[in-house]
Amino acid sequence: MKSFSYERARTPAEAAASVKRRPDAKFIAGGTNLLDLMKLEIETPAHLVDVNGLALDKIEATPEGGLRIGALVRNTDLAADARVRRDYAVLSRALLAGASGQLRNKATTAGNLLQRTRCPYFYDTNQPCNKRRPGSGCGAIGGFSRQHAVIGASEACIATHPSDMAVAMRALDATVEAVRPDGTTRNIPIADFHRLPGDTPHIETTLQPGELITAVTLPRPVGGAHVYRKVRDRASYAFALVSVAAIVQRDGTGRVALGGVAHKPWRVEAADAELPRGARAVATKLLADARPTKDNAFKLALAERTIGAALSEAKG
Amino acid sequence: MQGPSDFELSRRKLLLGTAASVAFGTAPTAYAQTPAVPAQADVAEAVSMSKVSFNVNGSLREVALDTRTTLLDALREHLHLTGSKKGCDHGQCGACTVIVGGRRINSCLTLAVMHQGDSITTIEGLGTPDNMHPMQAAFVKHDGFQCGYCTPGQICSAVAVLDEIKAGIPSHVSADLNAPLQLTNAELRERMSGNICRCGAYSNIAEAISEVAGRPA
Repeated sequence: MKSFSYERARTPAEAAASVKRRPDAKFIAGGTNLLDLMKLEIETPAHLVDVNGLALDKIEATPEGGLRIGALVRNTDLAADARVRRDYAVLSRALLAGASGQLRNKATTAGNLLQRTRCPYFYDTNQPCNKRRPGSGCGAIGGFSRQHAVIGASEACIATHPSDMAVAMRALDATVEAVRPDGTTRNIPIADFHRLPGDTPHIETTLQPGELITAVTLPRPVGGAHVYRKVRDRASYAFALVSVAAIVQRDGTGRVALGGVAHKPWRVEAADAELPRGARAVATKLLADARPTKDNAFKLALAERTIGAALSEAKG
Repeated sequence: MQGPSDFELSRRKLLLGTAASVAFGTAPTAYAQTPAVPAQADVAEAVSMSKVSFNVNGSLREVALDTRTTLLDALREHLHLTGSKKGCDHGQCGACTVIVGGRRINSCLTLAVMHQGDSITTIEGLGTPDNMHPMQAAFVKHDGFQCGYCTPGQICSAVAVLDEIKAGIPSHVSADLNAPLQLTNAELRERMSGNICRCGAYSNIAEAISEVAGRPA
């Protein structure tokens, strides 16, 4: 690990200004992804700004009837919150499907969104990777790409975003709140938060340098049956091959988002409208522009079947 | 032929040496004084030190550390609490699991300096060979291990799992998010999935935890 200086931030704006001041600085909250990557020297910050002391660990009701989740709320606490379990069950289920108990105790809401979009070639420093070293090429394209993206990928990168939580938040139309280094704030709809790789796969979100997430807000509950269905190579503690977050109303309408298929949580609002017509219609619309590799073409059929399973579960 | 005690001694030395060389990969360059440790390529790199104090197993400990030191390395290399083990050092195996503020975490994936003022319980703090924690006793009784390397992490994790169930925290396999939790074998196995046992002692581990939880496996 490269040496770094360390500071404990006292206010969100101060933390943002500290990171903005030094291009080689990073925030650290749970640290479960950042430290993993620092040990491999894939991430090499020269300065860390510890944000754990900021009072951003509460879940509060909003005046609009939704929930405002502090950036530092741990994954375990968010999954276990009684309001989330009752009104946003798809979020509880997604969180509980991710990582391990130890990691969920440490990982934060904002950190979960900001974990690197990644693949095994990103971790292997002997391989080219446009995300790790822009311009070096992509080892995954033409390599073993079973786990990789089937849609929204580019010639530069076919990695997938590994978060389960973010897929549920995409289905729930969450909003990311951030503070800028000058102390002003802005709201970013979750749909616009993560980027597709294009020719700059190393830039994964629309946050600006120094910008710090302070909260994630959920709109008022939409009701319906909430389902998170995750298919993976082992029963627990593995990334999704395909995952489905679905919210289905009694009349068959609803929303659906996919994980494990793209560089970001994948939702196409036009596909939501197909829900009453069943899984095939939804999958056809959601994955209309898919360009799988020969290794991961199975994800198209798997996605359709997983949507089908989620819809059956929602019907109860 | 060496006597058993000599063998124990040399094995211990060997293990210490191995642990040290692993630790030196990430430890302060200031430590690179012993001839056995090759000089690091980046010796010119400035080392950033920081002081941190926390409560470990009931005692207040203050240490000055290279900021890079993980909580695991601080416990093992600086406080000589070698019960917590370094397996993968990347949060995948759970051998380093300790309990911080009542919650289990991977001590390899957190910096020691991030734990100012925290209360940390390691396997040494749960019980001693003469006065074992019920979970330690149950692991012995049910043979919940073979080589033993993952065991301290398994036991710390298991103790915290039962507290999580008591606190009503649901899991991936909980059938109903809003109903009281059922303490089933499937619940225990799901919750323990962050602790890998290469020897495959899982069924005995599940039996040990079940016994402490007060139900047949």
